[in-house]
Amino acid sequence: MTLVKTKYNRRSFLKVSAASSGGMMLGFSWLASCNPTQEQALSMPESWFDINAFIKIGENGLVTIFSPNPEIGQNIKTSMPMVVAEELDVAWKDVIVEQAALDTHKYERQIAGGSQSIRRGWQGLRMAGATARHMLMEAAAKEWKVTVSSLSTNEGVIKHDESNRTISYGEMAATASTLEVPEKIELKDPKDFKIIGQPTKNVDGEKIISGAPLFGLDFKREGMKISMIEHSPAFGMKLKGFNEEVIKSMPGISDVLVINTAPKEAAWSNVNAFTEVIAIVGNTTWQVMKAKKALIVEWEWDSPAENSQDHEFKLEQSLQSGVKELARKDGNPEQTFKNASQVIEKIFSAPFLAHNTMEPMNFFAEVSKEKAELIGPIQTPEAMGKSISNLLDIPIENVTVMLTRMGGGFGRRLYGNFGLEAATISYNTGKPIKLIYTREDDMTQGVYRPAYKVKYRAALDEKNELIGFSIHGTGIHESPVYENRFPAGAVPNYLAEKMSIDSNISTGAWRAPRSNFIAGAEQSFLDEVAEAAGKDPIDFRLELFDRAIKNPIGSDNDYDPERYAGVLKLVRDKSNWGIKTEGVYRGVSAYFCHNTYVAQVLDMVLVNGKHKIKKVWCAIDCGIVINPEGAINQAEGGIIDGIGHAMYSNLTFDKGSPIQKNFDTYSMIRHHQAPSEIEVFFVDNGIDPTGLGEPTLPPISGALANAIYQASGQRLYKQPFIQQDIKLG
Amino acid sequence: MAEFNININGVVSKVDADPDTPILWVLRDHLDLVGTKYGCGIAQCGACTVHLNGSAIRSCSVAISAVGDQAITTIEGISKSTSTLENIVKEAWLTHDVAQCGYCQSGQIMNATALLKTNSNPSDEEIDRAMTGNICRCGTYTRIKTAIKTAAAQLT
Repeated sequence: MTLVKTKYNRRSFLKVSAASSGGMMLGFSWLASCNPTQEQALSMPESWFDINAFIKIGENGLVTIFSPNPEIGQNIKTSMPMVVAEELDVAWKDVIVEQAALDTHKYERQIAGGSQSIRRGWQGLRMAGATARHMLMEAAAKEWKVTVSSLSTNEGVIKHDESNRTISYGEMAATASTLEVPEKIELKDPKDFKIIGQPTKNVDGEKIISGAPLFGLDFKREGMKISMIEHSPAFGMKLKGFNEEVIKSMPGISDVLVINTAPKEAAWSNVNAFTEVIAIVGNTTWQVMKAKKALIVEWEWDSPAENSQDHEFKLEQSLQSGVKELARKDGNPEQTFKNASQVIEKIFSAPFLAHNTMEPMNFFAEVSKEKAELIGPIQTPEAMGKSISNLLDIPIENVTVMLTRMGGGFGRRLYGNFGLEAATISYNTGKPIKLIYTREDDMTQGVYRPAYKVKYRAALDEKNELIGFSIHGTGIHESPVYENRFPAGAVPNYLAEKMSIDSNISTGAWRAPRSNFIAGAEQSFLDEVAEAAGKDPIDFRLELFDRAIKNPIGSDNDYDPERYAGVLKLVRDKSNWGIKTEGVYRGVSAYFCHNTYVAQVLDMVLVNGKHKIKKVWCAIDCGIVINPEGAINQAEGGIIDGIGHAMYSNLTFDKGSPIQKNFDTYSMIRHHQAPSEIEVFFVDNGIDPTGLGEPTLPPISGALANAIYQASGQRLYKQPFIQQDIKLG
Repeated sequence: MAEFNININGVVSKVDADPDTPILWVLRDHLDLVGTKYGCGIAQCGACTVHLNGSAIRSCSVAISAVGDQAITTIEGISKSTSTLENIVKEAWLTHDVAQCGYCQSGQIMNATALLKTNSNPSDEEIDRAMTGNICRCGTYTRIKTAIKTAAAQLT
């Protein structure tokens, strides 16, 4: 066991203890929102006792664990409670998981973003379980008049070995809930983990396959109206006027209004290109949709219309002659490139992408002058609550945000403009409403993955050693460059420069921001450099990691070269890299982002003259794997999502308006285009866990491009690859 | 508005709706059957898949007035079904822990069930062809295929 002071994470500890003030019995109204199995439901306790903000225990030993963070499909609603249950030492079958609402007094960082839920939550979740276990043991120690240290626990039962007495957590819950939280606590040794590391099914699995109302779009309340908005069809346009009276008179329509949700205070989560929109409120979705279709709106320009050709030209211009920010310089790159015996220079680019969560943006709001109740899918509930409080001048303590399961997030739901719109519509109409975006609203609303362009240069000496490396990257609103990432630290002469261009098109975080493009570009480029150096692509990378291990250049390198090399060696060995199979074309890629190391080998075959991805081998170092079932699923999903967007997806503009508005014109990867097989391997090193929602996506486009090159002799520099006449499946 | 008697999951319900209302919104708004999902509204993503007389259709693009007395089955109907095929499919989905966000899965299950009803031992290509209209942004395609094969193995 590891002894930790609970003050180690003082804030979360204080929150835990503040909520454990004791002995309060809770009613049964929560039953509808949690997940008891049939057996559990039959044996529901008569009373629940709050042990802390994460745990309540029934007198019969059933345990409810609150999952604090938003669930967007990354499966933390299963894995976070697993960590609590591990340290609490209960059987997983006795656990009911309940989604916690936003509660800044009880929980820290209720955000789904940056693949950080597990990494940042790890210590607090363990302490929540361990402190509760200790309090239950203390209650038993009091009862039996023995010392706590003479007691042990196993799956919800406390045992006094000397007297061979046992008592259940359920019997001790009432007393435990009145005790002080201990100042120091013992955490388990990872080798004693019984729940962590076990493949565990999604706690919502049964509800998902039975069509239960889990998602924001499924929420309904008596008296609730449906609302939709109409934003301007182009970035740079604003509302001038519309046929308000006609719309108001349509069947089932109760309110038509113009709302303005321009935030009073700037916040990173308040990205929204269309702050003034028309809102329609009515009885049913179809009636409101019909009214929306009947809108005749006059829009006017207030900033210039942009189109994709202009973006291409401006990005090119920015790359060649834009204002540069020197991000990092090691050695003397200019001289190195002059003296090199070989210089390789390539430019890579990628388009805007829409998030396209399968559940379009939506939110329920019931708002009065004094208070606001919000229910729905949001990755940043705290930020949304604050923005609503500011916008509508409602005290923050009167704003509640309840989280539903989300039909995908991918970064789109970090930006809660739809929540502000729902709140404002309810505030102005005095009605409880559920705001629904159509797919077209969703896809044309903005907050896109920015379009990027990057130029790489590599200098080789006469012995084919990499002596110089430079990266210049630009994009709409932001540069994709991470200057301290590999191969920084492995090359003596290194230069990283950043540029960006402005636009009236809004952009934001999209699954693995910047990495989602730069990883594939970098790994394709390194493949080409390795070839120019006459080296095997894995050996070439391992040589560079070896340099970074033995003689790192600079001090800001943001990766551990040994762990990086570790995943590459693992995937090399598992995939039997180096053994050539007739008709199988292989590409390799490795990347480190969101604190997790990933290496991938992609095998491609030709079926009837078309490329087909036969298998992807994926090695991951994310430290301790909490739930291997969910972790493998995340890895597979990241790989398929990454292949899909690099290969097919593309959002382009004409006169400020997105050309692709729905799935008839915006391509998403389909069943037949996915790899036939994906095999995932984890490095077992006992290091504290890091996240998996994002890290397997970025490198796969590099492995894909490199395999296509092996199959076709064609290097791919421009996404989506499909536009270069590469066909899969 | 008009009145329709509509047969959903074996129960005939009276619905007062505009004749052009898509089945999707009749299910979700009028009958509180929200397992059938809205994804695109133009029959391109498959999230709204239901069975009409046993065949998979996109409920976002079929109006209630076109249904008549034909039987509609939704994910809620599959969920309560006691028939072997439906239960094998559900079990396969749970065994392989297919879902990530889960939003598209009811449509995927409806389409897979319709496929297995007509072809209890589909090849990879037949699965691809049948399922290609159902998008999953989370990328659970390989698991869906494995689940369909597991179900098929138990059916044959």
